[in-house]
Amino acid sequence: MRGLEFRGLKSVEGPIIILERRENVGYGEIARIRDRSGVVKVGRILEVSDSSVAVQVFGPTTGLSIEETSLEFLGKPLELRVSVDMLGRIYDGLGRPIDGYPEPFSSEFRDINGIPINPSARTYPRDFIQTGISSIDGMNTLIRGQKLPIFSGSGLPHNRLAAQIIRQARLKTEESFVMVFAAMGVKYDVARFFIQAFEESGVLSNVVMFLSLADAPSIERLITPRCALTAAEYLAYEKNMHVLVVLTDMTNYCEALREISSIRGEIPSRKGYPGYLYSDLASLYERAGKVKTSSGSITQIPILTMPNDDISHPIPDLSGYITEGQIVLERELFQKGIYPPVAGLPSLSRLMKDGIGPGMTREDHKDLASQLFAAYSRTKQVRNLAAIIGEEELSSLDKSYITFGDRFEREFLSQAETENRTIEQTLDIGWKVLTHLPREELYRVKEELIEKYLPKVTEER
Amino acid sequence: MLEGRIVRINGPIIQAEGLASAGLYDVVEAGELGLVGEIIRLKGDIATIQIYEDNTGMKVGERVLSHGAPLSVLLGPGLIGRIYDGIQRPLEDLFEKTGFGITPGVKTNPLDMGKKWPFKPLCKKGDRLEKGKPLGIVQETEHIKHPIYLPPNQKGGILSDVAPEGAYTLTEPVARMEDGTELFLSHSWPVRNPRPYRERLGMEEPLLTGQRVIDVFFPISKGGTAAIPGGFGTGKTMTQHAVAKWCDADIIVYIGCGERGNEMTDVLRELPEIRDPRTGRSIMERTILIANTSNMPVAAREVSIYTGVTLAEYYRDMGYNVAIMADSTSRWAEALRELSGRLEEMPAEEGFPAYLPTRLAEFYERGGRVITLEGKRGSITIIGAVSPPGGDFSEPVTQHTKRFIRCFWALDRDLANARHYPAISWIDSYSEYGAELQGFWEKVNADWAATRAEAMELLKREQRLAQIVKLIGPDALPDTSRLVLLCADMIKNGFLQQNAFDPVDMYSVPEKQVIILRLIMDFYNRALRIIRAGAPLLKLRSLSVVERIVRMKSQIPNDRLDLVQEVKALLDRELGELEKEYKV
Repeated sequence: MRGLEFRGLKSVEGPIIILERRENVGYGEIARIRDRSGVVKVGRILEVSDSSVAVQVFGPTTGLSIEETSLEFLGKPLELRVSVDMLGRIYDGLGRPIDGYPEPFSSEFRDINGIPINPSARTYPRDFIQTGISSIDGMNTLIRGQKLPIFSGSGLPHNRLAAQIIRQARLKTEESFVMVFAAMGVKYDVARFFIQAFEESGVLSNVVMFLSLADAPSIERLITPRCALTAAEYLAYEKNMHVLVVLTDMTNYCEALREISSIRGEIPSRKGYPGYLYSDLASLYERAGKVKTSSGSITQIPILTMPNDDISHPIPDLSGYITEGQIVLERELFQKGIYPPVAGLPSLSRLMKDGIGPGMTREDHKDLASQLFAAYSRTKQVRNLAAIIGEEELSSLDKSYITFGDRFEREFLSQAETENRTIEQTLDIGWKVLTHLPREELYRVKEELIEKYLPKVTEER
Repeated sequence: MLEGRIVRINGPIIQAEGLASAGLYDVVEAGELGLVGEIIRLKGDIATIQIYEDNTGMKVGERVLSHGAPLSVLLGPGLIGRIYDGIQRPLEDLFEKTGFGITPGVKTNPLDMGKKWPFKPLCKKGDRLEKGKPLGIVQETEHIKHPIYLPPNQKGGILSDVAPEGAYTLTEPVARMEDGTELFLSHSWPVRNPRPYRERLGMEEPLLTGQRVIDVFFPISKGGTAAIPGGFGTGKTMTQHAVAKWCDADIIVYIGCGERGNEMTDVLRELPEIRDPRTGRSIMERTILIANTSNMPVAAREVSIYTGVTLAEYYRDMGYNVAIMADSTSRWAEALRELSGRLEEMPAEEGFPAYLPTRLAEFYERGGRVITLEGKRGSITIIGAVSPPGGDFSEPVTQHTKRFIRCFWALDRDLANARHYPAISWIDSYSEYGAELQGFWEKVNADWAATRAEAMELLKREQRLAQIVKLIGPDALPDTSRLVLLCADMIKNGFLQQNAFDPVDMYSVPEKQVIILRLIMDFYNRALRIIRAGAPLLKLRSLSVVERIVRMKSQIPNDRLDLVQEVKALLDRELGELEKEYKV
């Protein structure tokens, strides 16, 4: 009950404390924990039985004592105070303002766990978002309401890419986005980098930020993305805004989940991650989308660093099973000096098929993207062959694929961080690099499209 | 009605006391909101219950009610065209009641209880009603006749009263027996109990999917079982959608089990627009959807598979051929794992419970082709997607599933990366139904078995050659080997690849499937002789018939197979000229 404090615990083990059940509390509700020096922390009830209550503490448990700790049960799940005035504000990982101003004036609260969206209440996303980045717009189109993660590795420019998307993302209809940004366990400079990016593009007043930095207790990271998505849901589904959510870094989130799971003594599945990692990630990613009751939308760009660049590691693997595609960054391209190093073949946007084409982007988009994929895939095979027998021994057709591949990487994939290409520019560059292939190799494109779009003059064939 | 009280809560698993006389797997209403749950363990006075809805805020001491019956679904007219969650709550009704989110504790009727159905009696007063004898018939949709039987778990007897022909709701009795039992258009059935049938049949009838790689190379029978394993992005869902749209089953039960919400929305958006090629009606009029997406409660995901298969059995019992798409059984297995972990059971491989194979076997064994209680033939074909972590097929769910299925459509990451769809690997996949279905296919085309074997052999040879090509390039190979590469490419591009978005190519009738493959093999055989006679490969590669054959799949509609003659004539003419030139 609010206002009633209990003293004394049965045990403290890492972030989990157990105490006697002296009040009838509900599963999943929130408790306030006061330590011996009067510092207040927040916790959530994990398990209740007739005699005891287990509480997970979101914060350091250093210094918690069995006798000197007191608890107050709030009788409700963890909630976030929501308001349109959240825009432009900065919160900590638990949803408390840290920018020096008071909480926005509002009496509305939302459970941070959200509620699962009814599949029959969803609207199928199909509005094209122009990011101005050819490798995304042309080959892995982002759709409004999609969840499209960036699979990266340490040292790769995922933050720069995300910042560029944030700066440039536009809808064809010119409606603008508001942003929700959640940082989980990232370093201060990374957060600073994003704040700067928001400032430079003049959108800072349209961003809600939740920062749980690397020095914050790891368990806080379990709450941060939920706060962020709750804010996003309020803005999108209740205030009809288009919200772009960037979550970084999901790997840190999963690590925190594993930490808690192992403290609770749960049976691990792959690599020590709990068996419910998939369901837990789904409870975050599935909060993206569009619903029939509102004109707003939530587009999610989670960023995760693949441990050891391994895409079959449980975190990217399970994410890939839930999200609608993935943008994979490739170290080899990065080392060649190509920015953004978006890997051609493993990247995919599942919603692309319904969001491009005549009326949405351009009539040649589907065929062109498919042709570029096919040709680039062939290039990779030819390169493997060339590595063995030498480039000189290749047939002239194979040589033209090598030229195509180089041009594709240097002209199509590669662009400056400040370069904002329209979809038409992107597609035209795609056609231009195809001129390095013999025309009969363009078997995935319709004849009339070749006539219309393939540049007539080819340079240095 | 039994009342107990909650003593422990650990996520969706709770314990309650005072339910000692309840049975295992009985359904309960738990807590103040009356959340639906199921008793999964009984020990002394303590019952362990899994809750199918989000139970945040539940307290120790709240009551638990048991009705003394196992978790059941309501079966009757009106199931077709609906979308349900894992415990048969209609999602559209929930949307109307509570908005876009699924709030716990909402009660709805699985079927529209107020709708009047046209009922035509087939029995009269004084007749004896036995199991399998139709009491009457309801026209459910334009193409689905829905006989009403005595529920298989009830005793037969003499009818003391039968309602006249007319329109009745599901709550109005349509007959009464001498012992006083009333019969309705609907009845309920426990989901974990298979429904009875008279006897099992063989697998001689194919389930035609219109997908060439499946029908010709790895065919499945009506009543058969298949698994589609593949890492993310390899096209499991796309393949299941294609089969659900085009296969020649009468009824489709599509179970979205722990998968993406937008995929179900996609199905809901797309199916109503597609016409069934046989009836000309919307595909939705033969489909039941069960959607328990990844963010919905995990316990309901576990049961959604059983809900789906029970609905399928209900229509099978009327003599229909039903196909179940379960996407994905791995998520179901993970739900088992999660619940087992909370029950603190000893895990077997990778944390999965030791009874995983038993549960998989029970599920797949509910498929099959049978003679129903009435004496009709009905079938349930089960096609389950498997999502192996990291795309590694050696993991427990894939391995155990392989023991209980007879068709294995392995999806290949390299094919998917090259955008070769359906990305079904012709090397790793298999079907054990080939021999049983030979009779059917020989009627379609006498050359089926031979063509299939020849093509398969060619693909196998190409795979070996591809290893060499990787090392030394294709130019170093002799022309006969390069012809193998050329023809294998023709099979891949002109036969195996199928564009799900091309109006002609998305679906192929059996005749067309065999014709295309036969033509490619004819080309190969004649070309081989010409090359042996000294012609360079270039002469064959540049023939215009090569491209014509590869484009047949999208240029020859299913109802214009006569156009094949033109391609045949071109083949004869072009190869004939070369044969003359090189004196073959």
